[in-house]
This record gives sequence, C-alpha cells and structure tokens, in this order.
Amino acid sequence: MAGVDQLNQVYFDGVADGQLRIQQCKDCAAYQFYPRVICKHCSSEHLSWTPASGRGQVASFTVVRRGVSAAFEAPYVIALIDLEEGVRMMSHLVDVDPEQVVTGMAVTVLFRSVGEADPQPVFTPVVAS
Amino acid sequence: MDLSNIAIVGSFETDLGVVTDRGPMALGVQATLGAIADAGLKPSAIDGLITCNSLVTPIMYHAEATAEYCGLTPRHCLSVGTGGGTTYTALRYAAAAIQTGLASTVVVSMADSMRSFMTRDRAMAVQSSSGHPHFEQPYGPTVPAYYALIARAHMDTFGTTEAQFAEAMVSSRAWAHQNPTAQYRERVTVDDVLASKPIADPLKLLDCSIVSDGGAAVVLTTLERARDLPHAPIVLKGYGEGHHYEHISQATDLTQSAAADSGKAAFEQAGIQPTDIDLAQLYDCFSPALLIQLEDLGFCEKGAGGEFLASGATQPGGKLPVNTHGGMLSHCHPGNPGAIFGLTEAIRQYRGEAKERQLPHLEHTLLHAQGGIMSSHATVVLGRAN
Repeated sequence: MAGVDQLNQVYFDGVADGQLRIQQCKDCAAYQFYPRVICKHCSSEHLSWTPASGRGQVASFTVVRRGVSAAFEAPYVIALIDLEEGVRMMSHLVDVDPEQVVTGMAVTVLFRSVGEADPQPVFTPVVAS
Repeated sequence: MDLSNIAIVGSFETDLGVVTDRGPMALGVQATLGAIADAGLKPSAIDGLITCNSLVTPIMYHAEATAEYCGLTPRHCLSVGTGGGTTYTALRYAAAAIQTGLASTVVVSMADSMRSFMTRDRAMAVQSSSGHPHFEQPYGPTVPAYYALIARAHMDTFGTTEAQFAEAMVSSRAWAHQNPTAQYRERVTVDDVLASKPIADPLKLLDCSIVSDGGAAVVLTTLERARDLPHAPIVLKGYGEGHHYEHISQATDLTQSAAADSGKAAFEQAGIQPTDIDLAQLYDCFSPALLIQLEDLGFCEKGAGGEFLASGATQPGGKLPVNTHGGMLSHCHPGNPGAIFGLTEAIRQYRGEAKERQLPHLEHTLLHAQGGIMSSHATVVLGRAN
C-alpha cells in the first residue's frame, strides 16, 4: 500500500500474519486505533503493540449499492466495528446476508482480500454455538 | 472580537447548473468582478482576495492566480481549503483581515465545475482523498456511505425513519420550485425519494446533493465604508467553529456533531437564540446532515430532527424557512463552494429580491457549513446594520 510508514507497517505486517494489532499506551493503559506515534489520550510516546481479541460489535453499517470503483463489486457492507478493547475501526462485514445485518451484532475478525488490495481485517457475525 | 462593524456590501452568482462554456477559473473571475460591480466599486478598490481552490483543476496560489486573471493587485491574498466549510471560514478570515488591517475591502470568491469539467482520473483522485488512506480507503467507502453510517446510527438511536430523511428533498424542492436558477425544480414526494435508486442504505439518490457548475462571490468591508455604497449593509453578528474529528471512523458519537459547538459560539456572540432566527441556510450535502444540523444548532430537540422536517417547518410557510434557494440538494452544488449560495440567497432575501420565495420578515439569518464527514463546522449569524 502506498505511503505506509514504519509505524503503520507493524500493523500491516500483523495483518499479513493473520493478526489484528492495536496500540496500547504504557503510561495510561488506553488502547487506540489507528496507530499513532503518540497516545491520543495522554500524549505519551511510550506505546506498545498488542494483538486485539478480534471480537467486537457493529456500531453502524451501510450496504453500498453503488461501488466506489470497478474493484469493489456492489453490494458490499461497510461497517464501523467497536472492538472489545474499546477502539473503533472501519471494515467490511463478510459472509453475511446484507439484509440480516443489525447494529450491535457480535462479530469476529477474518483476513481477506478486499477490492484489489492485499488481505485486510474484515469481520463476520459470531455464530452462536 | 465584535464582528458587527464588518458588512457584506456586494454579492453575485454566475450562471449555475450545467455551464459548459467556461471552467472553474473563468467562473471564479466572473463571480469576483460581478460582486465588485454589485457593490458599486471599481476593481481597483479591492485590496484583499480570498478564494477556495478548485477540486476540478486545483492550482497553487489560487487566489493570486485569480487576482492576476482579473487584473487585480491586492495587498492580501489567501486560498483556503476547509472543504465544504470553506465559505464561512473564508467569510470570517475576510472579517479578520479587515479588522487587523491586512486589507480594507475583501472579495470572497469561489467557483467550480464538478458537473462539466471533472475528468474520470480527477474524480478518482478526489474520491481517494476522502477517507483515511490506510484505515478507511482499503474498504472502498463512498462519500454517501460515510453519511449512511451516520443516518443508520440516527435511526438506531432515535428511531428516525427513511421517510423522515426523505423530507429533506421534499423541502428542498418545494423551495427550488420557486427559484428559476435552481438546477432541479420539479417537486418530489416522500414516495419519490424512497423509490429513487439505492446508493448506500439507507440513502437513495434523492437523499444526496446534486453535482453542478457555478460560482459566486461577496464583498466585505467596514460598516463605515459600507454606508457610502449602494446596498443596505448586512453585518456579521456572530461566528463559531467546531472540530471534533476528521475521519468518520474516529467520531466518538455519530449522531452528535460539532455543529453544537459552532452554533453555540455563534449564537453567544450574536446575543440571540435559535428562536430568533428567521432564515437558516444549512449544509444539505446529504439528508442526514441537514437533519442533524437542525438538532445540533438548536432548532429542535436532539433526536427530533426527523419529526421537525416531516412537520413542514422548513418549507415555504413553515416556522423556520431553510435553504430558500433550494440548497445543494436542488439548487447548485459545484463542490467546495456549495455553501456560498446559501449566503448569496440570504443577501437576496435581505434586499427583498427573492420574488415568489421572499420572506415577509427577515432580521437574523443563520448560515452553516461543514467539511469532511460532519467533521469541521462553521456557523455565521447575519443581521441588518443598525
């Protein structure tokens, strides 16, 4: 991906290894996403990377009916996911009937190619066992 | 700082809608010179020029290039770029430039040609500049999709319905129907909106603003100088901004925007309340944006924006006329300059030149614009000079 610096490369290396990495502040213990060189809560520069649980909930979503480009075949579901660690990220919902998606739905991470890009973290509903 | 010694003395709109015989720079020049003439001034009287860069043909030194094209030699030039909020941020910069002595008479001019001069490559570049390059763009979001996330959150939190969002376009067209310069003038019903092409659920085509060509400009100077000019001066009574985030995935609350901050600051400075507003010119890029601004600016309770729109309050004859020109949903939306037509329409209303849609009483106008995805907000309160 163009313009990825060393910091963000840690995240994308994790994705390539099937791991969703987020940052945690060593001073105030808060998590944050997207990655930053400072903690957005306390401005500390002492940050560590930690694997996220990959579990979360749908905060909001939309079924895109008119794709952004030929690489994205509509319909697809864009969602904001609240991870268990308390951070929010944009992603896709996959392996789900778009009509069945609801806010608050429990989801878990997968890694899958999106558009023409390398694999990205995407989410799918947790199936009750 | 008190703003009420700064007056708007000139206003001009170019041809709007589909304009194929001239591009963004030529439209901007036409707007600039038109506003200067409307103010009863010669171009040589202009010593400040503030412009908004074109998305279609962006250039370095946009304001300077516009001045050069017009044959102006101002002592202050500034090209601003705060997205959709640019117009009102620029208006405040113009006031600041005058108050701090950078210039005495300033033109704020903006134009673009998204409809007729946008190339496919450029459209892709603009689209890919919207959203975080590494943490949003890889998922293929569209601009309507960002607003759809907000709309969905509003539905889930407050029970707002798709039919209530549809009322934004119904209201817009009710006004645009009375405005000969509006790009789309045919009245629509809620059912028409609901039946229009799905774009990003819950938003349909008629929840989205139009794509246009066009430009406009205004001239500002001190109230003292304004007294000698042909039009009754319109003064800035209040201004405020609010900025909570840039990327939608970083918003901590999808349904509460920084319009609450910008509106509060503008009302406080003007010394008035939302109930004192006779005309609200809001940023209707997508129906949920309009609905949330009505709430966050204090025109109705939080969560009641849908009911407020459905009540007809914003339509002709309603208690809060909104976007009497038709707004960006129907009148003109050439890109970043979209909000300026809310200002030029307000000036037309103050002058009593709005014909069929003329408001019977107009003291205070609220202007609101936003950039990003409900991200950067600017609010202005206008009034008549004492």
